[in-house]
Amino acid sequence: MAEKFTKNAVGRMIPEKINGKPVIPFQGVHKYITDGKRYAPPLSSSANFPEDGNKQVKDLKTALKNAGIKDGMTISTHHHFRNGDLIANQIFQAASEMGLKDLVWFPSASFPCHEPIIDYLKDGTIHHIEGSMNGPLGRFASQGHMRGEGVLRSHGGRYQAVQDGEVVIDIAVIAAPTADSFGNANGLTGESACGLLGFALADSQYAHKVIVVTDNLVPFPCIPWQIQGNYVDYVVEVDQIGIPDRIISGTTRITRSPDRLFIAELTAKFCDEVGIIKDGFSFQAGAGGTSLAIGNYFGEIMRKKGIKARFARGGSNQYLVDMLEEELIDYILDGQTFDLAGVRSMRENPHHVNTSPFTSYNYHGKGNFAGIVDVVILGATEVDVNYNANVVTHSDGYLLHGIGGWQNCLFSKTVILPIPLFRDRIPIIRDEVTTICGPGELIDVIVTERGIAINPRRKDLLEKTANSKLPIMTIEELKAEGERICGVPEPVKLGERVIAAINWVDGTVIDVVYQVIE
Amino acid sequence: MAHIGTAGNQGPGIRSDCYVALKIKKSGGIKIILDSKVGALYKNSIRDLAQQILDFYKVEHAELEIIDRGAISLVLAARIETAVKECLESDDEFLLDMILENQHSTEKDHKRRSRLYLPGNSPKLMLNAGIHKPDAVILDLEDSVAPDKKAEARLVVRNSLRGLNFYGAERMVRINQLPDGLKDLEYVVPHYVNLILLPKCETTDQVKAVDEKITQLLAEAGLDHPVYIMPIIESALGVVNAYQIASASERVAALAIGLEDYTADLGAQRTREGRESFYARNQLVNAAKAAGIQAIDSVFSDVADMEALREVVLEAKSLGFDGMGCIHPRQIKVIHEAFAPTEAEITKAKKIVLAFDEAAEKGLGVVSLGSKMIDLPVVKRAQNTINIALEAGLIPENWKETEQE
Repeated sequence: MAEKFTKNAVGRMIPEKINGKPVIPFQGVHKYITDGKRYAPPLSSSANFPEDGNKQVKDLKTALKNAGIKDGMTISTHHHFRNGDLIANQIFQAASEMGLKDLVWFPSASFPCHEPIIDYLKDGTIHHIEGSMNGPLGRFASQGHMRGEGVLRSHGGRYQAVQDGEVVIDIAVIAAPTADSFGNANGLTGESACGLLGFALADSQYAHKVIVVTDNLVPFPCIPWQIQGNYVDYVVEVDQIGIPDRIISGTTRITRSPDRLFIAELTAKFCDEVGIIKDGFSFQAGAGGTSLAIGNYFGEIMRKKGIKARFARGGSNQYLVDMLEEELIDYILDGQTFDLAGVRSMRENPHHVNTSPFTSYNYHGKGNFAGIVDVVILGATEVDVNYNANVVTHSDGYLLHGIGGWQNCLFSKTVILPIPLFRDRIPIIRDEVTTICGPGELIDVIVTERGIAINPRRKDLLEKTANSKLPIMTIEELKAEGERICGVPEPVKLGERVIAAINWVDGTVIDVVYQVIE
Repeated sequence: MAHIGTAGNQGPGIRSDCYVALKIKKSGGIKIILDSKVGALYKNSIRDLAQQILDFYKVEHAELEIIDRGAISLVLAARIETAVKECLESDDEFLLDMILENQHSTEKDHKRRSRLYLPGNSPKLMLNAGIHKPDAVILDLEDSVAPDKKAEARLVVRNSLRGLNFYGAERMVRINQLPDGLKDLEYVVPHYVNLILLPKCETTDQVKAVDEKITQLLAEAGLDHPVYIMPIIESALGVVNAYQIASASERVAALAIGLEDYTADLGAQRTREGRESFYARNQLVNAAKAAGIQAIDSVFSDVADMEALREVVLEAKSLGFDGMGCIHPRQIKVIHEAFAPTEAEITKAKKIVLAFDEAAEKGLGVVSLGSKMIDLPVVKRAQNTINIALEAGLIPENWKETEQE
C-alpha cells in the first residue's frame, strides 16, 4: 500500500507514519505547541530493593534478565565514550545469545566502534535504531538493510522525546566511570573518566529499568552523584567500560589545514567586526578542527582587547580549559567533555559546570539556555540558497552523521556556519539540500574561504558590514563561484524507500532520508 | 609508442586528483571504466569529457580506466591528455576555456613580497592557493616534480594557468634547468604566464635563450603582453655574474637567490645565522638594484616556526630584499607583515606624497620637502609604501583628510 505523504513547512514530503507510529510534520519554528503531559514511568517501591542498598548483580546478562528484557523492547545507551564505548556491543551480543528479537536501540549517538551492531541488525536481534548513525551504521541503513526506519533527534530532541513519552525506554544501560553499589554514578573519576553523564539524565528519570555498569566500583557514597542511585535498579561491575583515549578524536584538535585555518580566522574577524566579541559575550564552538581554531582566534582577540567572555558552551577541551584558566572566560557550561583536560578541569574547577540536554537544549521546558548564547559556530554538509542546512547526509544521499546539539544551537543569537565552498569537488551551496535538518530562518551567516554570505533576514549584520573589507557576497554568488570551479552537479536519484526520519526539536518531522541507489 | 598510457596519482591520501590508464585497442570501440568518489554528482560530465578528449585525438578503440578522487575538469583533462600522448604521437593540445581573470599581465615592478611554491603535479595544493593572497604563485616544474612526472606536470600547469583562479596573484612558473626548461616554455608562455623563474642561472646566455624563446612563442601565439624572467642565482658563479644576468634582458624583473644549492656549491653548511651566504645576498641585492630590478630572498624551510621566519624576513628587508619565497600558505601573512612599512617609514611617505600633491596643485615642476628636493622615483616609492600600508590596514583610506586637519 502506498504511504500517504504531506508537505511540511519547509516543503518536504513527510509520510503519515514512521515505524508504524503516526508523526507530525514540521510546522515552522515555534509553531507547534503541545498540550501533552510529561511521561510517567511506573512507580517503584523501596520494598522491592535490598535494604542494604546493594543492587549489584553478577554480570550484564543477569541484569538484563532481571530487568525483564523481552522481544521488541527499547534499550538505551549513551555516547560519553564516543568512539571508545565498549558496552553497547556487549548488550546486543548478550541479547542475541538470549535469542531476543526486534529490539530498538536508542543510543544518544553511535560511532564507528559500533559497527558490530550491524550483525545484530542482520540477525534480527535489533529491529531499528533511533539515534545518530555515524559511518558504517549509516551506510548500512542508507543501503536499505535496516528493517525499521531510523529516527534521528538532536540531543535536546532526545530529552524531549523521552520526557514527552514519544520514546518509552524499557531498559537504560548507563556506563559510568565510577559508581557505588546503590547506583550513584559519575564520569569524573576512575580509569575511564569521561567528564559528565548528562546524556543519561533523561534515561535515569524516565526509563522503566535502569542498569549502571562501571569498571570502578567504590564504596557508598559515590560523590558527586551525577546520576542518582534512587533511579537505578541494578549495578554491574565489569573489567572495562570504555577506552578513554578514544573519547579524544581527530575532531577535537585544532586543524592544521591552512585552508581551514583561513576560514576560522575569517570567521573570527567577522565576529569581531560586527561587534559580537565584546566584554561579557558568550559563545559556543563545537567539536571539529575549524570550530576549535575559531575559539583560539576568539581568545587572541579577547586578549588584545582586554575583555572576557561571560561563558562558553562546550564540548570542552584543552583549548577552552586554557582560556578558562587564563580567566578569559568566567564559566564553561559543558555538555560533553572532549578530552582529558576537560575531564580534569570539570573535576577541579567549580567554574567548569556540568550541564545536561535538559538545562541546555530541551525544547519542551520553561526555556533552555541555547538562546542565551551570543554566537554559535556549527558545521554542515550542505546549505541551500535559502540557508536551509543539512548536517546528516552527504550530497550522494548517504546518511553518515548525527544531529548532535546542532539543531538546538540554532536558537543562539547568531548562528555561523564556517564551511569550505567545496569538498573534493562537491559544492556545499546547493539549490536544494539533500536533507533539511535546520530551517534557513535560523541560520545567519555562511563563511567560506571565498566569501561570506549573510542571510537577508539579518539586516543588522548586512548594515554593519556594508563598508567592510570583508568579502561579503550573496549566497547565490557563492554558489555560482563553487559551481564555476567544480562544475554544476548532476541531480542525484535516490530510492523511494524512507530509511530514516529527521525530527525537529519539538518532536515534529522536518525531513526524511531515502534509500540510496547504488 | 606504447599501447598503454598512464597518468595521475592514486592511493590513500590522494584527493582532488585522479589516475587514468588508457589501453589503445584495434577494435571494440571506446569503453570507459569510471570509479569516482564524486560519481553520484559528476559521472556523466566526467564520461562526456573523457569521450570528448578521445574524439579530439581520434582514438576510436580503447579502454580508459579513471580512478577519480574528486579531480576538477581541468585536472581530469590534463591526466587523460597525458595518457593519450603516451600512446600516440600528437602535438595537438586539448585546451579548455581560459577564464577571463587569467588573461591579464602584470607590471615589471609588481609587488613581489611573497611567492608561494606549488608543486606542478599536485593539483590539490593549487586549488585554494589564491585564497591566501600571496603576491604570486609559482607553479613548479623543477625540483618538486619527480623526473618521470615532468610531462604530465606540464599539462597540469598549463591547464591551471588557463582555468584556475588565483584571485589576483601573479602567475609564475619555475621551469627546469636548460635545455629542458626551453621545452617547458612551450606549455606555459602561450597561456598567459606572467613570469618565468629560471633556476640555477649562471650566465647571460641562459637568460638570452629564455628571452628569445619567450619572444618567439608569444609571436607564434599572436600575443604581445609582457612575460618577465626571474633568474634564480644558486651558485658561486651565478653570484659573480649577478649584475650581468640582471641586465641581460629587458624581461628580467627580479633576481632571486636559492641558498640550499648555493651553500652546497660553496661546500658550506647552511646555518640559521646565514654568515656563509651574507656576501652572496648582499651581492645579489646590489646587482639587482644596480640593474633597477627587484631582489628576492630564498625560502625559509621550517614551516612550523613563524617567529624565526619573522626574524629572517626582517633581516632580508633590512638588507634590501623586496620579497621572499614561501613553501606554506601560513608563511604569507608573516612575510607581508614583516615587509609592511614601519611607522617611521609611513610618516615619511605621507609627507612626501602630500608634498607632491601640493606641488602638483600649484603647478610646480619641482617637489620639495622642507629644504630638500625630492626626485620622482622617491615619490613613487613613497606612494608604494602608502599603498602597502593601506592594504595592510595600517592607515585609513581617507588618511589625507585626517593628515591635513
